[in-house]
Amino acid sequence: MLAAWMAVFVFVAAYSAKATVDLYPTLASRIAAADAINGSQALVAVYGRVYDPTSLGSVALIKLGGLGAVFVAMLNVVLVVRHTRADEESGRAELTGGAPCGRLAPLAAAFAAAVLVDLVLALLTAAGLAATGLPPAGSVAFGLAWAGVGIAFAAVAALAAQLATSARAATALAAAALAVVYVLRAVGDAAGSARLSRLTWLSPVGWAQQFRPYAGDRWWVLAVSLGFAALIAAAAAALAVRRDLGAGLLSERPGPARGGHGLRTPLALAWRLHRGALLGWAAGFAAVGMLLGGLAGNVGSLFNNPSVRELITRLGGEKGLVDAFLATELAFAGIVASAYGIQVVTRLRAEETGLRAEPLLATAVGRVRWALSHIVIALAGTTLLMALAGGGAGLVRGLQTGDAGEAGRVFPAALVQLPAAWVMAAIVLAVFGLAPRFVAAGWAALAAFVVLGELGPLMKLDRRVMDLSPFAHVPRLPGAPVSAAPLLALTAVAVLLGAAGLAGLRRRDIGGA
Amino acid sequence: MAAAITIDSLTKSFGSVCALDGLTFTVGSGEVHGFLGPNGAGKTTTLRILLGLVRADGGRALLLGGDPRRDAVALHRRLAYVPGDVALWPNLSGGETIDLLGRLRGGLDEARRAALLERFDLDPTRKCRAYSKGNRQKVALVAALAADVELLLLDEPTSGLDPLMEAVFRECIAEERERGRTVLLSSHILAEVEAVCDHVTIIRSGRVVESGALADMRHLAGVTVTAELAGEPPGLADLAGLSDLRVVGRTVRCRADAAHLGALLDRLGTAGITDLVSRPPTLEELFLGYYGDTAAAGEGIRGESG
Repeated sequence: MLAAWMAVFVFVAAYSAKATVDLYPTLASRIAAADAINGSQALVAVYGRVYDPTSLGSVALIKLGGLGAVFVAMLNVVLVVRHTRADEESGRAELTGGAPCGRLAPLAAAFAAAVLVDLVLALLTAAGLAATGLPPAGSVAFGLAWAGVGIAFAAVAALAAQLATSARAATALAAAALAVVYVLRAVGDAAGSARLSRLTWLSPVGWAQQFRPYAGDRWWVLAVSLGFAALIAAAAAALAVRRDLGAGLLSERPGPARGGHGLRTPLALAWRLHRGALLGWAAGFAAVGMLLGGLAGNVGSLFNNPSVRELITRLGGEKGLVDAFLATELAFAGIVASAYGIQVVTRLRAEETGLRAEPLLATAVGRVRWALSHIVIALAGTTLLMALAGGGAGLVRGLQTGDAGEAGRVFPAALVQLPAAWVMAAIVLAVFGLAPRFVAAGWAALAAFVVLGELGPLMKLDRRVMDLSPFAHVPRLPGAPVSAAPLLALTAVAVLLGAAGLAGLRRRDIGGA
Repeated sequence: MAAAITIDSLTKSFGSVCALDGLTFTVGSGEVHGFLGPNGAGKTTTLRILLGLVRADGGRALLLGGDPRRDAVALHRRLAYVPGDVALWPNLSGGETIDLLGRLRGGLDEARRAALLERFDLDPTRKCRAYSKGNRQKVALVAALAADVELLLLDEPTSGLDPLMEAVFRECIAEERERGRTVLLSSHILAEVEAVCDHVTIIRSGRVVESGALADMRHLAGVTVTAELAGEPPGLADLAGLSDLRVVGRTVRCRADAAHLGALLDRLGTAGITDLVSRPPTLEELFLGYYGDTAAAGEGIRGESG
């Protein structure tokens, strides 16, 4: 699994680089591209600043430096949490804790593993990039920049694992930290004033970009990342030594002695299980929606240079710069919402292997009803998330432009992403019903579709291949003409996959295997 | 009265592993039925088939007159299940879990719920992730015992409980029997099965080895006699109906069929008996006897002190 992830990172990096080489063969085109990005506050906020317009590498990897770093960070978080808090939860840590190894052994091992992974990733990425013709020094810098973020977040995850009482909470805590860190960087980069732009320096993701691979290669920034990581890791270790196995530092509150009046159906239970996470996601989506709405206005303050416009088109937009920006970002939000949906449905498998499905199914709850209780949360949850994103963006746009109609255009643009997200959830349900052991295929499918979407145009892939992705069929609102057909088709696919999954669930054995 | 559970030639394999190999037994209505077997014998698989979680490859199972798979939802309203490995939802409290499971089954008896919480000494306000294994089991037990159902399916329900709680459990089962409920209890704790159950089914390698009323099984196995003699022990080898004969000094220990007990006592009497203990075999002796091989079958007089 890990190898697969690393391969994806390296591949995407190398491919972006290669494709950009083809796109911007001349120096002039590169400078124009760089100026376009640097000139737009919105783009800088989301992707980062191009520090050396003449450098091919700088331009090519602009998206990956920042956003890619986010994914590398998440990979590290998952890795570290799994080998610390998750092991405690499952009781595996107790087993090894009885063996003759030190108190800090699991933490140290997890952290060391993450560091190793990051270094290998850095190496492979550097090699991949250099192979496409980019300068080797810059390639190594890029790889190390990613590694720096990864290691920093491995440390953050280690700390989160000490503070939180469950693996889920630890991951959520680390992810929230990542979000804050990204926003800090975004504000810092996009801000005009020098004071605000120092905010970038508070952010590990910002450091990855300040490394300025291909644009000066500031090696000393790596020291900042590593220093931060060392500090946080030391804090995590200090906490680990003091606390009891299985406990967290945020203490346990007692619960109610009776079940609430509503706690009488599988749906009520599913809501109970998912509500905490959903609230967190909802807050995030609402905030991001509003941020997007605010930034969209600045995209318009771009120039009339035709080559720049063409560039914007290629970087992921269509006609109408603001619309293009919103369409792209809402599409991205749709992908993240489908990640939420996938996570909810995957929980079904966790309930089954965790032996919690058994006592539930031994009561008067049928399998289909049980599965549907979580599906409802997935569908309603993704709808809520996109509604918040669209609503937030629309609200801010409306306020900015003084035009209420803007809100009316933006809101449906968000909702239109839903059928594709539902297809992803339905894929997980289908796998859960038919081949439950491979439920992680949902994530693999998402990754595959994202790569298809991002790199497909660059790779000049055949349309039919790209059409495999549900996200390719979503109308690019606002601005593009809407036809109901693709949305209905996507919904139909979702329903069919879901039905297949439920049918499979009814037939198969339920158990830990 | 119709049988509560009828199992007829059930077979089930998981891949190449054969879990059930033609299992056949019946649990009558109102019985407290013990279900014994070594690890991997197929007890949990049988319970899972009865709950409709797993489909048998062959044979037939009838639960409360219905098909466990097709009629699962309707039947589950009439039964309560305690799994062998109790996993609960970490964020819910014990009280919430009990109420949830009870409501999903179709109703809890409030008074009984409160009484059971007290008897089992369980704090319902703690979150499930904070409970020890024993407490988790108590949650499942309270939820099951407080429910208003005809049939209880219990898979090693006391494996994590301390002796005090085990005693409480036995009292509760006795009460259930008085109420006329049927109980199928899978357990490794022979003393418990002996104390609580009136019928027993012993399975091994997916097949039933013995099934019937405990009283009958004991009768068939005869009695264990330990005699202290005044004089030299007489030869007993020629007597019929004896087994596991051991003579140590002036102490004679052996197992005798009911029919041949008289002859044994006559012979022993010739040497003068100073002390005589005669008791029916413990379930342990019966149980271990069926697992052959182990010398424990003969040495099974561990329960001697009991």
